[in-house]
Amino acid sequence: MTDQAPAIELRGISKAFGPVQANKDISIRVMPGTIHGIIGENGAGKSTLMSILYGFYKADAGEVFIAGKKTEIPDSQAAINAGIGMVFQHFKLVQNFTVLENVILGAEEGRLLRPSLSKARGALKKLAEEYELSVDPDALVQDLSVGHQQRVEILKALYRQADILILDEPTGVLTPAEADHLFRILDNLRAEGKTIILITHKLREIMEITDTVSVMRRGEMTATVKTAETSPEALAELMVGRKVLLRVDKAPARPGAKLLEIENLRLTDETGVQRLRGISLDLRAGEVLGIAGVAGNGQSELLEVLGGYGTATGIVRVNGVEIPLSGTGCTGQARRAAGIGHVPEDRHHDGLILPYTAWENACFGYHRDPAFQKGILMNNAAIREDAKGKMERFDVRPPNPNLAARNFSGGNQQKIVLAREIEHNPDILLIGQPTRGVDIGAIEFIHQQIIRLRNQGKAILLVSVELDEIFSLSDRIAVMFDGQIMGFRDAAQTDQRELGLMMAGITQDPGGDPLAAIDATLAAKEAREAAQHG
Amino acid sequence: MDKMPAWADAVLVPLISLILAALLSALVIVAIGESPIEALKLMVEGALMRSTGWGYTLYYATNFIFTGLAVSVAFHAGLFNIGGEGQATLGGLGVALVCLYLPWPHWSLALIGASLGAAVFGALWALIPAYFQAKRGSHIVITTIMFNFIAAALLNYVLVNLLKPVGTMDPASALFPPATHLPTFQEMFSSPESPLFRGAPANISFFLALIACVVVWLLIWRTRLGYEIRALGHSESAARYAGISPVRIIIVTMLISGALSGLMAVNTTMGESERLLMNATEGAGFIGIAVALMGRNHPLGVLLAAILFGFLYQGGAELALWTNIPRELIVVIQALVILFTGALDNMVRIPLEKLFLAMRRGNT
Amino acid sequence: MDFLTLLQVLDSTVRLATPLLLACLAGLFSERAGIFDIGLEGKMLMAAFFSAAVASLTGSVWLGLLAGIAGSMVLSGIHGLASITFRGNQLISGVAINFLAAGLTVLIAQDWFSQGGRTPSLMGGGRFNAITLPFADTLSGVPILGPIYAELISGHSILVYVAFACVPLTWWILFRTRFGLRLRAVGEAPEAVDTAGVSVVGLRYAAVAICGLLCGIAGAYLATGLQAGFVKDMTAGRGYIALAALIFAKWRPWHALSACLLFGLLQAVALRYQNIDLGGVIIPVQVMDALPYILTVVILAGFVGKAIPPRAGGEPYVKER
Repeated sequence: MTDQAPAIELRGISKAFGPVQANKDISIRVMPGTIHGIIGENGAGKSTLMSILYGFYKADAGEVFIAGKKTEIPDSQAAINAGIGMVFQHFKLVQNFTVLENVILGAEEGRLLRPSLSKARGALKKLAEEYELSVDPDALVQDLSVGHQQRVEILKALYRQADILILDEPTGVLTPAEADHLFRILDNLRAEGKTIILITHKLREIMEITDTVSVMRRGEMTATVKTAETSPEALAELMVGRKVLLRVDKAPARPGAKLLEIENLRLTDETGVQRLRGISLDLRAGEVLGIAGVAGNGQSELLEVLGGYGTATGIVRVNGVEIPLSGTGCTGQARRAAGIGHVPEDRHHDGLILPYTAWENACFGYHRDPAFQKGILMNNAAIREDAKGKMERFDVRPPNPNLAARNFSGGNQQKIVLAREIEHNPDILLIGQPTRGVDIGAIEFIHQQIIRLRNQGKAILLVSVELDEIFSLSDRIAVMFDGQIMGFRDAAQTDQRELGLMMAGITQDPGGDPLAAIDATLAAKEAREAAQHG
Repeated sequence: MDKMPAWADAVLVPLISLILAALLSALVIVAIGESPIEALKLMVEGALMRSTGWGYTLYYATNFIFTGLAVSVAFHAGLFNIGGEGQATLGGLGVALVCLYLPWPHWSLALIGASLGAAVFGALWALIPAYFQAKRGSHIVITTIMFNFIAAALLNYVLVNLLKPVGTMDPASALFPPATHLPTFQEMFSSPESPLFRGAPANISFFLALIACVVVWLLIWRTRLGYEIRALGHSESAARYAGISPVRIIIVTMLISGALSGLMAVNTTMGESERLLMNATEGAGFIGIAVALMGRNHPLGVLLAAILFGFLYQGGAELALWTNIPRELIVVIQALVILFTGALDNMVRIPLEKLFLAMRRGNT
Repeated sequence: MDFLTLLQVLDSTVRLATPLLLACLAGLFSERAGIFDIGLEGKMLMAAFFSAAVASLTGSVWLGLLAGIAGSMVLSGIHGLASITFRGNQLISGVAINFLAAGLTVLIAQDWFSQGGRTPSLMGGGRFNAITLPFADTLSGVPILGPIYAELISGHSILVYVAFACVPLTWWILFRTRFGLRLRAVGEAPEAVDTAGVSVVGLRYAAVAICGLLCGIAGAYLATGLQAGFVKDMTAGRGYIALAALIFAKWRPWHALSACLLFGLLQAVALRYQNIDLGGVIIPVQVMDALPYILTVVILAGFVGKAIPPRAGGEPYVKER
């Protein structure tokens, strides 16, 4: 074992983007036939490192050895030739191509398509049997579930004879059961002698499947250890550089009046697919209702409808008063006036105008407030002053309201949004993915603010794909699957396993191996969407 | 951190682009066997050295201010309005109808009436593409181009079949009544001892254009509407989140843009020809694109760029008169300016950003 | 309308549809690869001038064709530089190219020929002449089919046949070859092409070059086939109509053929009849002139079904994780 060359070895890799040092003198060795985890916070430099390995970026310094041989990787083609396959967090698939077409793209045999397609068809069949990787080769990718799209990505790599497979945050879009299936596939691949690098920020995954693990922090590799010889707590400390509390301290909730009532909410998107299929829930003052679920099961649509920029049918009452769900009365302005604040899931896309200054962003959505007007003009001085106060109270750094929003870090951007929504004193706060792309220091602050608001008697609807976050903040938990709520649970009386099954559409514990039941519910979901789509 | 100081972005990048465009234009002149130095001399002589030259330069600049503002207002909302030409054509029709069919006691009232007519007609011509973009998602670039052609056909029809006085061959309307005559610079600034702007078409509409610059600046950077227009231009989904209706903003922005294009006709149709002509716009709608790009969509930049293009236009006419260089040289220069300040922006920007980054590193 | 008139109108439809078809297929290659091109007009104009100019100077229409293609490809190169290499705005680049062509053609024409921005009229070998297909004369006596063969199918210049042959060829390239697969992929998801180890830049330049080639042929046909020489702005918006046809055809080759024939028919009718009398209502010639543009707007507004452009169209490709 010791005289065997590592499947992949990095020596002294460094990479800077302008003034930012994304990777500093990084070295790792991964032995063949093992699964190596790389764990670190968002922005720790994991993805940069892998992009260098896949020829996307050129390292400023350092060397790469594949199977003991020094290898230059100037582009993706070189990486493929070196036997490296990559499964990106955001899939690189052509949506309106078939699975087969996606697999052969770039790896065709000769100039005509026909022979390539028939060769790939045979190869896929073999791979499917070998590794539990079955996908319909003639299905269009856009009709596949995310889990199956990910299988296509893995098949692409295997079809290209990859020996080293890199997966970047592969479970972010999967149900726990789909993730289990993925891990079984990875197990099979390891057994066949493939080398796997798993990039993740989830400690549990590292503990579950990896043989060795490296921890990255602020562009540096802080440790590489055998997984069997470490613990989640030790890894978390290495990731953050100090001891962290994974739980938020909070007193028991004292729920008050019903502030938000939703009955039979339905939404059909422009392609004809039903995204919300009869959602009903109540939200009381002084409680956090967490909505758990895999991304793409209707949570985003729910937030958009409540936030006033999606049209739906059904009944929504705020403080007992019904609000319109379509037409002219259904706008973000009207919702804000009704006392609903909204921290959207994607701050870059929705919550902020990145080229706008911090002060322009700090009134965004409330810019029609009479306090911000001066005759027919906007009172920019007042807005700036107001923004300054918000930034100080929410500890936004740097506290400079004239800086463009894009120049703040993720955590500070999120604080600007949070300050804006909280300081307008809403009765109900909608929060989507409050800590996505936010460093751990800011996560603690944001979580504290949410609990503080709840203790003040506000009603909070939290949507998060991070089960840990749902658990640490929520008083009650609702699980969404396929546009429906599968059930409500008291946060103190449920566990990961129960929620995980509900996230896959199963409300009653089937006993034994749940995978068959999960596959059945997912297949039913796909069939429905495809039927509505057509 | 931003990679480059704001002043470099606002001034240095367009300036370098302009110099590149000028160098290439000089090469073109050399290629057709003329001397660029001589040509520049002739242009400066004809456009800037005498008050009459300035009278032409500012006349053209007035057109370009209006169309440049029109394009830049639309740009702020993320819309590319190539329909300035058609909107100005319709603006001309509005001016003609107001001047021909309403009795005006004084030019000042006629100016207000004609401005309204021009703005309304221009705005309405922009409304249809705007509506299709906002409601049906048809690309505004293609629809506004189509509306330029349709406007030309419409004007042709109206002039030939409706407005042409009986017995004339020219496809043009009758002369406007004398009461609608706008004061020219010559009438405004000349005294018997010192005749100025003799025979030049520059007129009081130039000041209307200056007012438009100020109003557009206030609109974009000081009003709520401007805030919402720019928000939509940066991110439609964020605008929707903030309760800004994209449909409303697209339509309102295009109405403003079309109105500004239409206003150009006050200068040409009312101020200069005093009757409605075929092809009165002479491509000014398109020059607005170059002016807006070069002026970085800021009214001050648009004003300066418009005067530069006014100079080029007048200078180009002088060249065509005295040398073998046809007026189409201006079209080439216009194309190069659009190319360098618009499409090849990164060619100038990326090396500059690297330079500033290196300088900053050197300092720290 | 008698049979012969109908044939003549259809014959002129074919001629007028030819430049539209070539430009439309040119746009199809470019836009399928994710590069929007509103500069078809300018490229055609450039090609029209250089083909006429070189044909006039050398007396060889084939050298003219080559020169026209070269002129068009230079503009394609600029468009590629702006929109692929420097990731600029593709629409603005297209606009610039149209003006560049409008200005340069007249400027150079004046410098070379001093005839007010036009080329001398082409004669003899300076033009693409009509080809009489075999048996056209013998068969013309056969009722109905004979005249259709002799008048409509036979008797066009070689470029007309090239244009129509390009339709199945384009289909075959797009859907049956490796190049076509990659081309379509790069217009839908360039990141998929890039991570598969294929050069996005290379593919897009190839597409833009094909676009230049086809626009070159289209322009050459205008000046040396349809007409006999170059005049200022002779493309007269055909590039935009081709673009409209492309959207109408939803970026598919066979549909492009139908769309271009339809627009060609409109032009042919407008050319043949001035004011059309439809049962007492007179449609003025200006309406016929504007009809292709009006139709385009109607089509774009989605009244004839929704057109979904290639997903990555108009967006410069920036590598992202």
